[in-house]
Amino acid sequence: MASRAAKAVGRNVLRKEGHAKVTGAARYIDDLTFPGLLHARTIRSTIPAGQIAKVRFKGDRAGFTLVDHHDIPGRNIVALIDDDQPCLAERAIRHVAEPILLLVHEDREKLRAAEVQIDYRPSTPNYDPETSAIAFKSIAIDKGNVDEGFAAADVIVDGEYRTGLQEQLYIETNGVIAVPGHGVAGGDDGITVYGSMQCPYYVHRALMILLGLPAEQVRVIQTETGGGFGGKEEYPSMIAGHAALAALKTGRPVKLVYDRVEDMLATTKRHPSIIRHRTGVTRDGRLTAMDIDAVLDGGAYATLSAVVLSRGMIHAAGPYRCDHVRIRGRATMTNTPPNGAFRGFGAPQTQFAADVHMDRIAERLGLDPVRVREINALRPGDTTATGQRLGADSSALRVLREAVKRTDFKKRRRALASSNGPAEAGRHTPARGIGLSLFFHGSGFTGAGEVKLASKASLALTGRGARIHVASTEIGQGTRTMLAQIVADALGVPYEHIDVNAADTGEVPDSGPTVASRTCMIVGRILQRCAEEMRGRLGSLTPRQYLRKFGPLTITKQYERPAGMVWDDTLYKGDAYGSYGWGCDVVEVEVDRDTFEVKATAFTTVHEIGKAIHPTLALGQIEGGSAQGLGYALLEDVVMRDGRMTNATLTNYIIPTSLDTPPMKVVLLENPYPHGPSGAKGVGEMPIDGPAPAVINALRHAGFDLREIPATPEKIMAVAS
Amino acid sequence: MRLILNGKRRELNVHPLKRLLDVLREDCALTGTKEGCGEGECGACTVLLDGAPVNSCLVPAAHADGARLMTIEGLGGRHRLQRAFVEHGGAQCGICTPGMILAAVALGPKPSLNAIKVGLAGNLCRCTGYSAIYRSIRQA
Ligand code: FES
Ligand code: FES
Repeated sequence: MASRAAKAVGRNVLRKEGHAKVTGAARYIDDLTFPGLLHARTIRSTIPAGQIAKVRFKGDRAGFTLVDHHDIPGRNIVALIDDDQPCLAERAIRHVAEPILLLVHEDREKLRAAEVQIDYRPSTPNYDPETSAIAFKSIAIDKGNVDEGFAAADVIVDGEYRTGLQEQLYIETNGVIAVPGHGVAGGDDGITVYGSMQCPYYVHRALMILLGLPAEQVRVIQTETGGGFGGKEEYPSMIAGHAALAALKTGRPVKLVYDRVEDMLATTKRHPSIIRHRTGVTRDGRLTAMDIDAVLDGGAYATLSAVVLSRGMIHAAGPYRCDHVRIRGRATMTNTPPNGAFRGFGAPQTQFAADVHMDRIAERLGLDPVRVREINALRPGDTTATGQRLGADSSALRVLREAVKRTDFKKRRRALASSNGPAEAGRHTPARGIGLSLFFHGSGFTGAGEVKLASKASLALTGRGARIHVASTEIGQGTRTMLAQIVADALGVPYEHIDVNAADTGEVPDSGPTVASRTCMIVGRILQRCAEEMRGRLGSLTPRQYLRKFGPLTITKQYERPAGMVWDDTLYKGDAYGSYGWGCDVVEVEVDRDTFEVKATAFTTVHEIGKAIHPTLALGQIEGGSAQGLGYALLEDVVMRDGRMTNATLTNYIIPTSLDTPPMKVVLLENPYPHGPSGAKGVGEMPIDGPAPAVINALRHAGFDLREIPATPEKIMAVAS
Repeated sequence: MRLILNGKRRELNVHPLKRLLDVLREDCALTGTKEGCGEGECGACTVLLDGAPVNSCLVPAAHADGARLMTIEGLGGRHRLQRAFVEHGGAQCGICTPGMILAAVALGPKPSLNAIKVGLAGNLCRCTGYSAIYRSIRQA
């Protein structure tokens, strides 16, 4: 077949579902309805720890169905890693807002008004992750010998850093509809669940185990999803289980869509962290030893804490080289709602600490923050904390120098410093500062994760091109569009001739979860291989000619680990990721000297991502992720009291609005990864790693010695001299 | 109640206190208007009531009696803002998009960057960081 199509990769083609989204035609979960639809409401614990003593429904039960753990035909767990979390509590309560039972009714008003009285025998909760006796996971990374490293140091710098909870705050709340019958073969048995989610096959597996059903009797279909950011990675397995139990008990479709308050109270958030650094350094600024200790607050159940910790620890030393590194981390249990996946997955926490610490090192040595990073930034040929030798596709120095140049950083820093002189301090001019951060982010699952996942993707020939079959979900980032671009070029057909199937477990293979910045680099590459083979099979025929002559053609391929990648999961040594993206952020802040409110006034970021398959989409990831990172740094404050979020409304939990978000200058650099499609690496998560340390470093420059986020006015006031 | 909905006369039999958002989504089957918070903070439910943007989650149905009401469906599919939002990355997950576009319609043609920022301050977007939305509106 002749290659007459204009190249799609690298061009800003129109996103596949763009028209549906701007016309209101796109169907999200709450837009769907089914004949005989019932609604469900989740009744949750109001205490953080204890036992359920008694459950009583108050009032008229007519028309209500109650669902509790007795209605579970399979195992009462939300299957994920540790299988410790019940789908519906039996006796023990470990956190506020733990689901106990479901009420089902056709009338939402009646459902809202219903009252259930639950008596408890409370026990003493623990909210301190450091003293918790239960660790979901501990990780140790050792490189060289830190004692030797400290012996070689001229100066030792200590620091303790803390990060808070953060709510994903997708604008579409979690929601599902469960419909009895599995649909694939039109049978009445089994269950079909539609929903807002990132990982249909996670939900599929969890439902099989909860309901005791074989794979073919469970069907999970992703509906258009209004944002995820990790918040729809594991939680949909829980809510899908609830709706499925209710649908099976009533024999009718059941809708379960959370309102904003419930979504904030009950669903997962970013793990808070406490991270201590002790670093040996020579007088001229070279790192000789890094000793890092981190605790992540996992909340009440394990969820994904083990893997969040893993990514966090692998990134804990930041993008810096050092021969002697010791990293110790643990994720522990506390009596708060479980924390879970959120864009960045542990790396924003640990790189916050690493890069704020780097500025403290520079300060101690009297070096400027750029110089200390130039000396220590990882170069090609260097090894990371896990001993991974970096290839030519690593770009720490490049992004740093580009950001410094674009912002005229050193000059700007001097100018702002002098604007904060004693003469100005008395007046009502704001204090101003500028700071930067250097960061990296591994693409794909950690270590042997991709080999274990063994993701599959399929491509089916159509009359005009091909149809992509993957479980990778479009959640706003542009999955459909970007995958279609990769396939179009590999197959040699126009982008418009590539269709993308719904992420429906009845129709698509398991291409793995839509997480970990893996969809483009990993799934995109599998599809590219499918398309290359399909192109070979077509030879000189057009798709239509081929179909007429030989009949249907579907090509399925599985992930193949690039040759030479080695990982030891017990020692935490080796090639943690196939490749890394690299970034450098520069932010300017203004602090009001009376109210201590902070405004980010300018933001520049340089991102090296291998190859931008679709520059507008890549830019969207970087700008959106950076805005979330600025929110994380300054605004987003989850207030917990007695194990309960007390500000669980959009009025009281503040995310950046158009007025809070500074103008953003984004610079994209491309240093291709040989095993990514057209050289692409991941881009989804990295943007959220950089803003928080850059903001805190800018605040330090403005005169406020803070080591914690969010940097709320109260905290800044406390450190103001 | 009677109103002009997306240019057509409509007569609706609904409880006067029902949220306009629910009237649109349930009684008129216009699901392009979204709910993000139900408390007037996110703007996902923005519609134009006599040309002015309102949060339909806070407006009782009775308020729309006799009014001209416009939802995203009323914009057709060829409005310059709709096209621009697709071309310039103004819509990512799309859940804020109908409200954003209607809020942008209310700004009139060629608004300044500052007018956009102020005009959209009540419409939250968690995906884009707003920059692509500004570009979409300015290049529409
Ligand atoms: S749903 Fe109306 S403002 Fe959020
Ligand atoms: S595009 Fe997702 S919230 Fe705006």
